Amino acid sequence: MAFVHVDSERCKACGLCASVCPKNIIKVSDNLNSKGYQPIEVVPMEDCIGCAACAKICPDCVLEVER
Amino acid sequence: MGKVFSVTSYLTDDTMHYCPGCTHGIIHRLVAEVLEEMQAERVIGVAPVGCAVFAYDYFNFDCHQAAHGRAPAVATGIKRVHKDALVFTYQGDGDLASIGAAEIVNAAGRGENITVIFINNAIYGMTGGQMAPTSLVGQKTTTSPYGRKPELCGYPLTMSEMLATQKGAYYIERTSVHDVPNINKTKKAIRKAFEAQKAGKGFSMIEILSTCPTNWGMTPVESLQWVKDSMIEVFPLGVFKDGDN
Repeated sequence: MAFVHVDSERCKACGLCASVCPKNIIKVSDNLNSKGYQPIEVVPMEDCIGCAACAKICPDCVLEVER
Repeated sequence: MGKVFSVTSYLTDDTMHYCPGCTHGIIHRLVAEVLEEMQAERVIGVAPVGCAVFAYDYFNFDCHQAAHGRAPAVATGIKRVHKDALVFTYQGDGDLASIGAAEIVNAAGRGENITVIFINNAIYGMTGGQMAPTSLVGQKTTTSPYGRKPELCGYPLTMSEMLATQKGAYYIERTSVHDVPNINKTKKAIRKAFEAQKAGKGFSMIEILSTCPTNWGMTPVESLQWVKDSMIEVFPLGVFKDGDN
């Protein structure tokens, strides 16, 4: 069981996190943040293995990972 | 559950101004993480002219900002006065390899006990995507719309190879941040450079292959692939000088 905290306001929807996710569970959401980007979401969170690859490649410190 | 990844306190809470997918953000974080792990109490960074000019807003420690290309000269002065501080410059390829070529070569030659974080993305980012000294042969930029032609513009400068020939240089390595294993390697390289400075060994530089999705005209993910497929061939990764060996 792992959990990814997403700071949606910081996200610029670059998609680097999604490109390295081994479980392919990171997607762009339908919401907008105050800068007009569609922040990412992790769905379903239960599939997350907590490898933190997404957080390591994120350029904007959007993600924190617990396991 | 325990934290496996949390954001370092050596970065401020400010949202960085960089374009989506720009790897400057990754490298800022790696530098901050290394300094946090070293429990560095006194750090003075020197920001360049270029996209990273606002680095002082993002690093949660003292920073200076130097005139274009002059960061190694400014860092020299700072380090000679504040010997107990870890002093580093953070420079792009337009700053370091073009207008600042003299400063970096002489800082390396003098063996100044500073660390240089050199961001090489083969283009001028802030000013609008012009050809840089490090642009690849055939690379299209706003000032080489048909691709860089060697007969007109010569060949890309390989700074790590050049500086490694200087006796004053202690540690020179080129890394990349195009995937997670290479991000981990980059962090180790940055740590090695700062440890060398802490031990008073002399000049260290980590050249990091970086992206510029906006001016390359690619998506962030395509940009990482371009680093892997095109840039590494011209700028091979590895340690070019290690004073211990």
